Amino acid sequence: MQIRQDVVRSLAAAGSGHLGGSLGLADVFTVLYFNMMNHQPENPSWPDRDRLVLSIGHVAPVLYATLATAGYFPKEELLTLRKLGSRLQGHPGRDHGLAGLELSAGSLGQGISVAVGMAISAKMDKKKHRIFCINGDGELQEGSVWEAAMSAAHYKLDNLTVIVDRNKLQIDGKVSDVMEIEPLKEKWEAFGWEVNECDGNNIAEIFQTFENVDYTNGKPTVIIANTIMGKGVKSIENDYNWHGKAPSTAEADQFIRELLSANKPQNSKF
Amino acid sequence: MYKNKGDKPTKSGFGEGVHEAARQNKKVVGIGADITKSVGMNLFADSFPERFISMGIAEQNCMAAAAGMALSGKIPVFATYAVFSAMRTTDQIRISVCYNNVHVVIGGAHAGISVGPDGATHQALEDIAIMRVMPNMTVISPCDATQAKIATQKAILELNGPVYIRFGREAVPDFTFEVQEFEIGLGQQLRTGNDLTIFATGHMVWEALQAAEILSKENISARVVNIHTIKPIDEKIIIKAAKETGAILTVEEHQVMGGFGSAVAEVVVKHHPVPMEMIGMNDQFGESGQPNELMEKYGLSAENIVLKAKQLIQRK
Repeated sequence: MQIRQDVVRSLAAAGSGHLGGSLGLADVFTVLYFNMMNHQPENPSWPDRDRLVLSIGHVAPVLYATLATAGYFPKEELLTLRKLGSRLQGHPGRDHGLAGLELSAGSLGQGISVAVGMAISAKMDKKKHRIFCINGDGELQEGSVWEAAMSAAHYKLDNLTVIVDRNKLQIDGKVSDVMEIEPLKEKWEAFGWEVNECDGNNIAEIFQTFENVDYTNGKPTVIIANTIMGKGVKSIENDYNWHGKAPSTAEADQFIRELLSANKPQNSKF
Repeated sequence: MYKNKGDKPTKSGFGEGVHEAARQNKKVVGIGADITKSVGMNLFADSFPERFISMGIAEQNCMAAAAGMALSGKIPVFATYAVFSAMRTTDQIRISVCYNNVHVVIGGAHAGISVGPDGATHQALEDIAIMRVMPNMTVISPCDATQAKIATQKAILELNGPVYIRFGREAVPDFTFEVQEFEIGLGQQLRTGNDLTIFATGHMVWEALQAAEILSKENISARVVNIHTIKPIDEKIIIKAAKETGAILTVEEHQVMGGFGSAVAEVVVKHHPVPMEMIGMNDQFGESGQPNELMEKYGLSAENIVLKAKQLIQRK
């Protein structure tokens, strides 16, 4: 919840950016960075760390908010998002020296191939760390994603887990209208992947799904995380107009009120 | 005077260079896109099968995966035909390789029109222009097989960022020496001269030397400089030539527009403008034919260099 608020605040300060997808992925990022991944924020280049490759660079705000929360850099820096001289580039750029950032990315379709290269390298070196890659569902329209999918199965990369952010929306509208990607589960299976599906906005379910991944079965895994674009801010949920938009200061205040009220525990005695 | 030690394709030199570098450094890995032997990588693949990754006909995946390997501490070498390695994967090179500034060694095979009978689709004539505008990229175009071997070895073992090495298919004169001083980024003056300077790269260096020999018989003294590193380019040797010889002719097996000639011209106009002429492909595709027939038809022969040199010095 704190990550969502940080996302809203940083985007409002930036004045541009991608709010919807960043909010939708907050739960997946939370589970990855605070439950699943072996990493050391105080030692970001630890060779045996698990790697998170963010292929959809446009949701950088949720990555930044998560990294800051994990302690990679001071939270105040989130308000420099997209500003001149900031380490928090609009799309991730390693040349600006942000700790914890594994890849400069933003051109869709490339991250999964980079992740394949990392996974192959780990196998060659008999290393046990894992590679996680986050792809968008619209991104799966890029043909090179399937080149990467083929190669991951060919090299039995069970150290690679791809998370598909299945929010069913892209800039022009519904994924199914712009270019249908279904049957998605069957596609990945046909490419030789282990396929899991979960509610990508349910922390317990995401956690359990990751827990069930078999990192030794000789198959790469894909987790289709069904998410809601804009999750947590009721007034913008599932509205593709918020794919690539940032809130004004007034909107940000309203969105944070919505986040807080949505998070109020039901039946709490206090 | 340089002598031809025997014809040899520059791709063989590239293959030997990769093999030697891999022998010296275990981090070197090779990536193949189905045409391993055709791009000279078979020597490496046969000797180090555990370090050779076949990726199939999927160049975009090869290039971005190479970036992932480099980010994991490997030194990946990915070679395929230059029309693919420099052009199908341009976006992967720009973002995954160059923006991440990782040490990926890209081999561009079958560069130039001397590819011959395969025709325009497989004759890379735009790769220098595209590779040299990429931030962080080093662009190398060795003049013969011996130099291709040394350049490749050094590019793999001594550089620390993205590098593109261009080489050809056809057996061409092999005339430089292993012991010759070679440093990435420094041009090599192969022949002295005062009337003009011929700057050449790749296969065209030998033709430039032949042209200078013909010119000398007509009392025209042509300096010949081999620019094997197109980026970063050796500005000093270009400025010196402009000042001392007052005329510059560039020769490349590539589009003149944006290519090697343009790279030399950028230095000349900035520092010491002198009359220039550029030989290369003029905004056109190649075609099928025997390599020597094509080189002649498109003006990439010693004879045409002689002709253009004479016209050029009239403008001094």
